[in-house]
Amino acid sequence: MKKTNRTRDFVEVVMNVIFFTAGMAAILFTALITVYLFISGLPAIGEIGILEFLFGTRWASTADEPSYGILPFILSSFYGTAGAVLIGVPVGLLTSVYLSKVAGPRTARVVGGAVELLAGIPSVIYGLIGMIVLVPAVAELFDLASGATLLAATLVLSVMILPSIVSASVTALNAVPPEYEQASLALGATQMETYFKVSAPAAGSGIAAGIVLGVGRAIGEAMAVMMVAGNVANMPGLFRSVRFLTTAIASEMGYSSGLQRQALFSIALVLFLFIMALNGFLNRVLKGGRHHD
Amino acid sequence: MNIKRTAAGLCAALLLAACFTGCGSSASDPASNASGASAAISGKVSTGGSTSMEKVVAALQEGFAELRPDVTVTYDPTGSGAGITGAMEQTLDIGLSSRDLKDSETGVTGTVVALDGIAVIVNNTNGVDDLSIEQIAAIAKGEVTNWSELGGADVKIAVIGREAGSGTRDGFESIVGVEDVCAYDQELTSTGAVITAVSSNEGAIGYASLSALKDTVKAVTVDGVVCSESTVLDGTYAIQRPFVFVTNDSVEPSAAVLAFLAFAASPEAADLIRIAGAVPLA
Repeated sequence: MKKTNRTRDFVEVVMNVIFFTAGMAAILFTALITVYLFISGLPAIGEIGILEFLFGTRWASTADEPSYGILPFILSSFYGTAGAVLIGVPVGLLTSVYLSKVAGPRTARVVGGAVELLAGIPSVIYGLIGMIVLVPAVAELFDLASGATLLAATLVLSVMILPSIVSASVTALNAVPPEYEQASLALGATQMETYFKVSAPAAGSGIAAGIVLGVGRAIGEAMAVMMVAGNVANMPGLFRSVRFLTTAIASEMGYSSGLQRQALFSIALVLFLFIMALNGFLNRVLKGGRHHD
Repeated sequence: MNIKRTAAGLCAALLLAACFTGCGSSASDPASNASGASAAISGKVSTGGSTSMEKVVAALQEGFAELRPDVTVTYDPTGSGAGITGAMEQTLDIGLSSRDLKDSETGVTGTVVALDGIAVIVNNTNGVDDLSIEQIAAIAKGEVTNWSELGGADVKIAVIGREAGSGTRDGFESIVGVEDVCAYDQELTSTGAVITAVSSNEGAIGYASLSALKDTVKAVTVDGVVCSESTVLDGTYAIQRPFVFVTNDSVEPSAAVLAFLAFAASPEAADLIRIAGAVPLA
C-alpha cells in the first residue's frame, strides 16, 4: 500500500495542529497561573496595605488582632539563598573545574555521576536527612535548644544547588576553545593559572547561568526548608528558627481561612514576582553569553 | 471447560454479592435503629464552625453517608465563634464549637459529642515527669528555658508546636493561657512531625492529640494527672476541651438533622470519633 500525497499532507497538517496545541498549552498554563495569582493575591495586599504587608515585621495570622507583615519571610528567603550561594558557588565552581579540566576520564565519570545523582534526589529526602542528621548536629555544635535554624536551612540549600551550578559550569568550561588554554600554557602560565584566569572567565556566562539556576532552586524550595528551618515567623538570625516565603505558604495553607488564606496567595504572588525577575535576569545572562560566543 | 469456568466464576460472584449485601444490612440495621427512623430520609445538614473538629466531622460525615446516602452533610471550617453565630442566626443547622458556650450566647443549646485531650510530650530521656499548668505556660512563653529549673537535667528547652490555624495549637494555647505569646523554637505542620521532632531532641517539649501518642515520646502528667481517655472523660485531666454541636432552640430540626444528631451519639459514631482522634462520650 503506497501512501498518496494527499494522505501525507493530511498527516502533516494534523501533526502541525497537535504540535501547535502542545505549544499553546504551555503558554496557556503560564498565563492562567499568572492571572490567577494576581486575581487571588492582590485583594489581601489591598486590604492589608502594601507597605504594611511587605515591610511589616510581625506575622500573626490567627491572633485576635491579626498582623500580616511578611518582611521576616522575605529576608529569611533572601539570607538563606545568599548563604547557600556563598557556600555552594565556590564548592560548585571548584568541582566543575576539577571535573572539566583536572580529573581523568574515569574519575570524572564517577564524580559527574554522583553530582547528577544529587540533582535527582527528591527534596523531601534532603529534608529528612537534614532533620535527622544536620539539625541535631547544629544544636550540639552551637549549644542550641533546637538546631532547626536558618543555618541548617542554608546548609541544606547549599548542597541542593550544587548540581545546577556544576552541570551548567562543566558544560561551559568544556566549550572553551582549547586554543585559549594552549596559548596560555605556551606563554608560560601554570595549569592552575590557565584554568582560573583563562578558562573560567571565558566560560563566565555559562557559570553565571548555573548560579542563577541555583538561586532559583534555592528560593523556590519548600519541602526541605520546611523540615529543617523550624518555621517560626521570626526576623532572620543565623541561629534562630525562621520561615521562608515558600514555607510560609505551605505551612499555613491547610487550615487557613478568610484574610489569612488570601494573604497566603499574596505571599505566593510576591514569590512568583521574585522568581519571574530572576528568570528575566537569567535570560539576559544567557543571551549575553550567546552574544559573547 | 470454558463454560465450567464461567459458571464457577458466576457462583463466586453471586456468593460475594450475597456476602456484601449480608454484611451491609447487618451493619446498617442497628445504626438505623439508633437513629430512630426506618424510612428513607433525604435532605441537607449544614454544619460549620470549629476547625479543630474537622477530622471528627469528616469521620461522622463519612459514616453517616453510608447509612443515609440521600442526606448531604456539609462542613464549613470557619472557627468556633462563627459556628455558634451561625447556629444563632439560623444560617447553620448545627454550629460546631470546640469550647463551651458562654453565658452571653443564648437561644442555642450545646450538646457535647466528644472530648479532646491534648497531651504534653517530652523526650523519653527527660527526667521530668510532672508539670503544672503554670510551669507549662512559663515554658511556652519562654520564661523558663532550662530543664534544670524544673528539676531535670541541665538541658535547654526547645518548644515545639503546631502551625497557626491548627486546632491542637489553638486548644493548647487557649487552655494553658498562652494565646499568641508562645515562644516557639519550631512550628511543624502535623502531629506526627511534632512527635518525631520531640523524640529526636533531648530538651524538646511539645503537644499532641491524645490519640496520636506513641512510645517514642513521653507524656508528662499535668498537675499529677496522667493523660488518658478515662481522665479526660472524668474531667480530671486539665488540658482538654469539649467538641460541641450547637443547635438553635427556636428551630424545629428537620428529619435529616435529627438523624445526624442521633447518629453522632450512637455507639457506631463513637468508634469513628475515636479514630478521628477525640474521646467519644457514648
